[in-house]
Amino acid sequence: MAQRGLGGIAGIWTDEHAVVKAAAMTREKGYTKFDAITPYPVHGMEEACGIKRSWIPYVTFLAAMVGLLSGLWLTWWTSAVNWPINVGGKPFFSLPAFIPIMFELTILFAALCSVGALFYVTKMPRIDPPTIDPDLSSHKFAIFIPQNDTGYDEAKIQSFFKELGAVEVKKVAEF
Amino acid sequence: MIQRNKLVLGNKTIKDITEDICAPIESYPSKGWLGLLTGALFILVFYIIILGFVIGKGMGLLGVNHPNAWGTMIVTFVFWIGIGHAGTLISAILFLFRQKWRTSVARTAEAMTVFAVMTAGLFPLLHTGRPWLDYWLFPYPNQRGPLWVNFRSPLLWDVFAVSTYATVSIVFWFVGLIPDFATIKDRAKNKIRRTVYGALSLGWRGTARNWSHYEMLYLLLAGLSTPLVLSVHTIVSFDFAVSSLPGWHTTIFPPYFVAGAIFSGFAMVVTLMSLVRIGVPEFKNYITLDHMEVMNKIIMATGLMVGYAYGSEFFIAWYSGNPYEKYVFFNSRAFGPYAWSYWTMITCNVLIPQVFWSKAARRSIPVMFVVSIFVNIGMWFERFVITVTSLHRDFLPANWGNYAWSFWDGAILFGSFGMFLTLFLLYLRFFPAISIAEVKPVLPVGRDTKGGHH
Repeated sequence: MAQRGLGGIAGIWTDEHAVVKAAAMTREKGYTKFDAITPYPVHGMEEACGIKRSWIPYVTFLAAMVGLLSGLWLTWWTSAVNWPINVGGKPFFSLPAFIPIMFELTILFAALCSVGALFYVTKMPRIDPPTIDPDLSSHKFAIFIPQNDTGYDEAKIQSFFKELGAVEVKKVAEF
Repeated sequence: MIQRNKLVLGNKTIKDITEDICAPIESYPSKGWLGLLTGALFILVFYIIILGFVIGKGMGLLGVNHPNAWGTMIVTFVFWIGIGHAGTLISAILFLFRQKWRTSVARTAEAMTVFAVMTAGLFPLLHTGRPWLDYWLFPYPNQRGPLWVNFRSPLLWDVFAVSTYATVSIVFWFVGLIPDFATIKDRAKNKIRRTVYGALSLGWRGTARNWSHYEMLYLLLAGLSTPLVLSVHTIVSFDFAVSSLPGWHTTIFPPYFVAGAIFSGFAMVVTLMSLVRIGVPEFKNYITLDHMEVMNKIIMATGLMVGYAYGSEFFIAWYSGNPYEKYVFFNSRAFGPYAWSYWTMITCNVLIPQVFWSKAARRSIPVMFVVSIFVNIGMWFERFVITVTSLHRDFLPANWGNYAWSFWDGAILFGSFGMFLTLFLLYLRFFPAISIAEVKPVLPVGRDTKGGHH
């Protein structure tokens, strides 16, 4: 089977606060490509890992604008241009009546494109990605330093993780 | 300082949370569940047969006639759509308000939303009378001109509102489920379960970077769903309010419908949660009496809003001096041939929820179960009252006539519960009924003696 991810060293913790502290220390040590694997979003982890604010809201805003304009274009073009029909003497381009359609399309485009952006950035869907430990989606927390990170040294990282109170340190073939 | 109540009882660890919530999925189904599913499937099959007749023979089987062109289909559509609103309120609006108690009920309430919207969605499609032509509802380039849909019609707004609502609700629900599916996949002991839940989890890995984007997306979807859910019942109310019929043509309709929707939806959440607590006793530690009490308070608050709307309609009918408006309310609605349905509605929606002024009643499962059933009945009658009493006596007495309620009307109403319950029971067995990843972060709430986590 082809290699599906990078090898590296993973430390496993059982306490939420310890892993946040460990992530902050790992970052302080100068590692940049490490990642933390947690069963739920841990409070303070983004700051500890130095993760920037997500860019998904920009996608949402753009998609919302596209949705709004598509709604406007669709209602205008079909009702006033392509085949105008006189309905109760109302103007062909009756904007107030088109607002509900524009609103719904705004929400629809924004929601679906935001989800699409999450799928893109998390590389989902993926078939059976490698896992470090099955308990990481239940009650354990891990920090993984890939082998291509700056200053990667197996022995050093292993003792570093142990110092930080990792209950288990293991060499990972691929993640 | 006021000590917060614990959101999760029983001194659970985060490992216990995973195990408790996964237990119903990983164990052999109980006899009670199998019995309920069998019952629900019978009703579903009955429903399918009834719908077969209604489609095959036509809408004439139902009681719709002149002047009552709208009947059970529309009434039941609005009823089910309304039920769905509580799920979105819990999952989106309470999320934006940072109401942490929502976490343990949000998943099931959202599931209820999805299934209620699916159940509701069939009715307008069938009400067209020629459901095989329902694709005409969408504006697509066609060979009839192209002849486009009428974007000035509230019925078409409803097509867009309900289909957007269904899509976004399903997506929101599924996004919430992704990390939990990954948990079940990682715990799976057999290959089939691992493959199925692995596919459903879409390869979620739970890295800090992924969670960061995920939480942002969840916030965005909550922010988008909030105006969406308000718009849906607003637009449903436009189906009535944009017409010029006395009893329908009122500006109070959008907020009145939204409050009613939340009212009925919370009643259904309480009904279902009471049953879930009996079916899975371990969940009592997650869906605690505190949760049920808060929901009962919302039922009472929205019930009072609905009661206010009933009163306001009468006041305006009198104050406007419009004879037609006055006639609908003072003659036909409250004292006409459908007075029994009007007073059923008042009793169930305004009077009975008043028992929740008592704390003991708010915290008693049997009491809240009975009240929630009454509210469900009352809210179905509210839509019946609005639809039928406004139609059955129109401007010319020569046109008057009563709705010809038939066996088929009752059968599709009853059958729709078969569809809803089948979906809901299958959900309880195959999906994590409480959000595993969302409950874990609220575990410390109320445990910290310093009075709060932050």
